[in-house]
Amino acid sequence: MSSLKIQDLHVRIGEKEIIRGLTLEIPKGEVHAIMGPNGSGKSTLSKAIGGHPDYTITSGDVLLDGVSILGMEPDERARQGLFLAFQYPMEIPGVSNANFLRAALNSRQSEGEEIEAVDFYEHLYEEMDKLEMRREFTSRAVNEGFSGGEKKRNEILQMAMLKPKYAILDETDSGLDIDALKIVSAGVNAQRGPNIGCLVITHYQRLLDYIVPDVVHVMVDGRIVRNGPKELALELEEKGYDFIKDALAEPVSA
Amino acid sequence: MSTVLLEEEMTDTPAAPARLLSAGPAAPGQEAAWEQFTKIPLPTRTDERWRFANVKDLDLSPYLQPQPVDETTREELLARSRGLEKAAGRMVFANDQLLSREVLSESLTRLGVVWLPLEQALVEYPDLLQQYFMREEAILGGQKFAALHASQVRTGMLLFVPRGIEIDLPVEAFHWLHGANSSCFPHTLIIAEERAKVTVVDYYESADTNAPGLACAVNDLWLGAGAQVTYVCAQNWSREALAFQINATVVGRDAQARSLFAQLGGRHVRSESVSHLRGPGGRSDMLALTVADNAQEVDARTFQIHEAPNTSSDLLYKNSLDDAARTIFSGLIRVDPGAQMTDAYQKVRNLLLSDDAEANSAPGLEIEADNVRCTHGATSGQIEQEELFYLMSRGISKRAAQKLIVNGFLQEVIERLDQPEIGARLAEMVQAKFAAHR
Ligand SMILES: Nc1ncnc2c1ncn2[C@@H]1O[C@H](COP(=O)(O)OP(=O)(O)O)[C@@H](O)[C@H]1O
Ligand SMILES: [Mg+2]
Repeated sequence: MSSLKIQDLHVRIGEKEIIRGLTLEIPKGEVHAIMGPNGSGKSTLSKAIGGHPDYTITSGDVLLDGVSILGMEPDERARQGLFLAFQYPMEIPGVSNANFLRAALNSRQSEGEEIEAVDFYEHLYEEMDKLEMRREFTSRAVNEGFSGGEKKRNEILQMAMLKPKYAILDETDSGLDIDALKIVSAGVNAQRGPNIGCLVITHYQRLLDYIVPDVVHVMVDGRIVRNGPKELALELEEKGYDFIKDALAEPVSA
Repeated sequence: MSTVLLEEEMTDTPAAPARLLSAGPAAPGQEAAWEQFTKIPLPTRTDERWRFANVKDLDLSPYLQPQPVDETTREELLARSRGLEKAAGRMVFANDQLLSREVLSESLTRLGVVWLPLEQALVEYPDLLQQYFMREEAILGGQKFAALHASQVRTGMLLFVPRGIEIDLPVEAFHWLHGANSSCFPHTLIIAEERAKVTVVDYYESADTNAPGLACAVNDLWLGAGAQVTYVCAQNWSREALAFQINATVVGRDAQARSLFAQLGGRHVRSESVSHLRGPGGRSDMLALTVADNAQEVDARTFQIHEAPNTSSDLLYKNSLDDAARTIFSGLIRVDPGAQMTDAYQKVRNLLLSDDAEANSAPGLEIEADNVRCTHGATSGQIEQEELFYLMSRGISKRAAQKLIVNGFLQEVIERLDQPEIGARLAEMVQAKFAAHR
């Protein structure tokens, strides 16, 4: 029951089917990785699970701790404990990071209640320190003018503040230099534990040296084509995606 | 803080207040203005300066002359006149009657600062009024309403800051409109001499946010050489009010004017703002933010007139429109023949939150000098779906996310003020408007 379960999911953008029967289960307490070539549908999968209105789910289901979330709006899914770290985080002009995070936390309070400002900043600064983010960041507009690395750190900071049950991290390593990668990975690892399930999406094996997954899934053309232990990532790195594509004609399920 | 309350005797409310249109001038000295008002016809649809405007809204017949408020109302309105935490001075008016005048620092008076209700200034400083009171004609179409104002104005704020004097804290004035169909005629006259520096905030409020009423305001800013004046007008009349506002800003040599009009209230609001860049090196920043919803119409006309060389003007107007709201922006830039090296900028942004909302923009240029830089642009758009999804993916509801985005959109205007306390107060007022929506 305590898992994020994706059952035979089919997703379309417009007329084009991008996710074509994908099954995956991430039990709470585990970290799973999805690896796959560009264009295989990794971002589509994460946004469809998040409830993006452009992505039509034609069949299948997504269950969060046994409850289908497909009928929920994106904000409700988030309040149920889902978190998406975006591959390309949006810039929101004029909205400060502090106000944004407060609004996100307040949305989880009961009607009419608001989080205490002092507690909020204490918590925020603590998490920012872990990610080596400067204080001035709180008053800057969300992601506006941020470097690629700053944007990714900001995603992990939001995850730390919102404490999701399940987090999907979409190419959190892209655009990061090695130092930033270490900091961001440490930020994710610090959040690992029995109360969270993570799905780490990546194109490169490198990230998985730092965030070591329990299970690796390989995704090609909108399906999972292989499952395996963390060593699978190394094999993939060595032989390339073409090897998998050629070797596997039939999809498998996890 | 020392408080000086005017201990004037309150007269009993007369049985029936007179209708404005049959009332005549407020005082004998205002007869000429009244005559002018009655002579000028109401604007019509064919008048270019009223293009796009719903001129049928301009009927003045329902409105009554302002009546004094009773003691209970007075106490209530004073309590509701919440401005900035720290101000150099604060006047509170209701229905064109001075309710209170709070002075923080007497030392300013000793330095020659004159800060008086208009009627008192008329007695004590007739020369100042003679020289500056409504000396710039309304040229953007509002002549009739300027004349109405001149014929009805009873009080307001005169602030004269002598050369070299800087007032650190903002000076504030509240203007309350009270009673159904009441009218009021707020007036603010700021004269900053050479190198003087001051910030003034006007708050326009209605006691009852649903009462119909008429407000017809004039605010004029005069800047001597090197003066710096920031003027903020937070317009929050009742949602049933018909409101006019006519502003002239005259900028002397190397002076810097900055004005911000926050348009929140009103059913039909007409705002006219003219900057005269009269002395070389002068600069005027013209800012406005509008939050319009339901069937509100906010009609803004502006004029950046470069009369001297090396002057600059920078206009930023941002409108957020929901429901069936309408906004109009018509802005003209003129560069006189001798005004070389002019730098004029004009930017209008409309954010449409509803398919029924309508934003009209009409920029215009009249350039008679050859070595100038003029840029203008107006755009309209909707909330980006990707921005909305990003915020919602963090648990924020669609409505709350939209509000955050609109706030962010308006923030650029508020930041241009460069006065965090006033900015925070304006942001609060915007929030309150959102909270009251529907
Ligand atoms: N908004 C969109 N509209 C149309 N096609 C899209 C859109 N987003 C993605 N696609 C297509 O869907 C496929 C999968 O893209 P994506 O999910 O971004 O892959 P990945 O994240 O694995 O690189 C690609 O062929 C891409 O061109
Ligand atoms: Mg992707």
